[in-house]
Amino acid sequence: MSSSSGSPESWISSFCSLLGHEYFAEISEDFIEDDFNLTGLNSQVAMYKEALEMILDVEPEEDEDDDEDEEEEEGDESIEGEERITRNRAAADRRHQRIASDLTITESSAEMLYGLIHQRFICSRAGIQQMSEKYELAHFGVCPRTFCDQVRTLPVGTSDVPGVDTVKLFCPSCLDIYVPPNSRFQTVDGAFFGRTFGPLFLLTFPEYDLSRKGQDVIGTGRSGTAAADSGEREKINGMNAHNLAPGLGKGKVYEPKIYGFKVSERARSGPRMGWLRKRPADIQELDEAAHFHPDNENSDEGSTINGISSRHRHAKAPRQNGGSPMSVVTNGEI
Amino acid sequence: MPSLLTQIPKHTKYRHRLHLPAQDPPAVRYILPIQAANMDDFNSETDSDYASYWRDWFISSRGNEYFCEIDEDYLTDRFNLTGLNTEVQYYQYALDLVTDVFDLDCDDDMRETIEKSARHLYGLVHARYIVTTRGLSKMLDKYKKADFGKCPRVMCKSHPLLPMGQSDNPNVKAVKLYCARCEDIYNPKSSRHSAIDGAYFGTSFHNIIFQVYPALIPTKSTERYIPRIYGFKVHAPAALIRWQNGEKDDLRKRLRKLEIDSGFADDGEIDAEDTEDEDAMIEGTQEGGEIANQA
Repeated sequence: MSSSSGSPESWISSFCSLLGHEYFAEISEDFIEDDFNLTGLNSQVAMYKEALEMILDVEPEEDEDDDEDEEEEEGDESIEGEERITRNRAAADRRHQRIASDLTITESSAEMLYGLIHQRFICSRAGIQQMSEKYELAHFGVCPRTFCDQVRTLPVGTSDVPGVDTVKLFCPSCLDIYVPPNSRFQTVDGAFFGRTFGPLFLLTFPEYDLSRKGQDVIGTGRSGTAAADSGEREKINGMNAHNLAPGLGKGKVYEPKIYGFKVSERARSGPRMGWLRKRPADIQELDEAAHFHPDNENSDEGSTINGISSRHRHAKAPRQNGGSPMSVVTNGEI
Repeated sequence: MPSLLTQIPKHTKYRHRLHLPAQDPPAVRYILPIQAANMDDFNSETDSDYASYWRDWFISSRGNEYFCEIDEDYLTDRFNLTGLNTEVQYYQYALDLVTDVFDLDCDDDMRETIEKSARHLYGLVHARYIVTTRGLSKMLDKYKKADFGKCPRVMCKSHPLLPMGQSDNPNVKAVKLYCARCEDIYNPKSSRHSAIDGAYFGTSFHNIIFQVYPALIPTKSTERYIPRIYGFKVHAPAALIRWQNGEKDDLRKRLRKLEIDSGFADDGEIDAEDTEDEDAMIEGTQEGGEIANQA
């Protein structure tokens, strides 16, 4: 966010405004300047130093040998000699070519580096906050599944290693991933978002009403609703029960019918995939620890599976933000 | 270039029947670069030499890619149209337009209304036609070419979709797309398709096609996305996924008892299920490994 205070033509903001880069957040320069955040990236990116300078819009410092060349040439210029000029021109041409080809290489490794930093940045406090603003405005699109009813999605990768797969959209409502509808995103590497961001987002902002449509949000601006009274809410396994796959369950599973009659699962063409979209009618059925406990009243194992006994967990008042270590406040809410 | 709409013959009844047998799709397709611009150009008297079919124009116009062409024979058999006369305004004129025998002189507004009715009528007949043998095979060809798009779900690996409606009554829900691999329904990507009425395809067609062509049923995959944070499964979704896998195993056991092919990719392998169970057990004992945002 601090990058927005910089010149509007910064590399980062121009990169993020490119077609197909709509999902990217603008990484703050502070984050990039902290070497700790870049640990290990120098071995993953070619021309790391140049790429980093390009991202930060630092005037490229010529390497020592280049500097010498330049000084020499500057010196040459003061002496007027035709021979010199032609030689200079040839040298300049050569240098120009080299710089041009270097630039494209640097440009692509800068993009790679930016992507890899981006993967880390959006899991940081400032980054996830910025992504939540983009999420609220439905910048990442909506779920194509009919029963999810246009809920907003999050960009994720299926791998943390670049070059494996392109970016996908994670729908928190059906806990599934989809190919972005526009083909321009098929050139964006999934590793630039990483596997972690999507699920981490859900845990960081437990108060979001995931079942809200993207359309509504755009219509009404971003006025937080629903989560107004976060006092007593049904919890399941550390998540608000209403936020655990609200797009699944009874009435949201497609039932194949022919002339109004359900197709039997005994038919060869019968339904086989219903389980993928099912959700127990009573969500507390998923509290495995609680179910395990009564059967093993005397066994210590039952109560130590999660470190805390399930009974205790229910008794305790829910902590602010679900006890997330990253206490970030949902935008415009609480 | 004569305008599109003037290509609809108004004076010469049944002219095209001289050239083409009804069963064959017409060889000449319209090219319609000026379609939109000439929408009100209906009354110009230019005659054209094109073998002109309203249906041909309709299915090749933009936004109507999901429709197949209804045979002339099917349209002219009144039995197939039973009940539609109450559903469609100016039913007779609309039918005349669809079958290319329209020759009423009327003003532009009237023509526009009749044109709209004709499209509606065509859609409703289409829903009936695509469940006939010929209709199914035409839609099958389009399915094989993935004319209806591909499943957006990553694990379905771009499986082709089929159009479907959530209701058989018109003006209830727009068309949706059915993926036979994940057995779920999706919204069309493009807004020009999401405006099409779902009743033009009906609730049954996509299920009938797999009963008629059982060889088309794709093998189902148990592959799925598992939310992870730094490689660790997230507790709440993981518990749901375990529960869903339990449902799936129950289904497979039921089917095995009945000796019915469940159609999963790894079917018939009892080992497969055993390893899944083992997985579940390992997951169960390592629950501390899941990130639980405990309250």
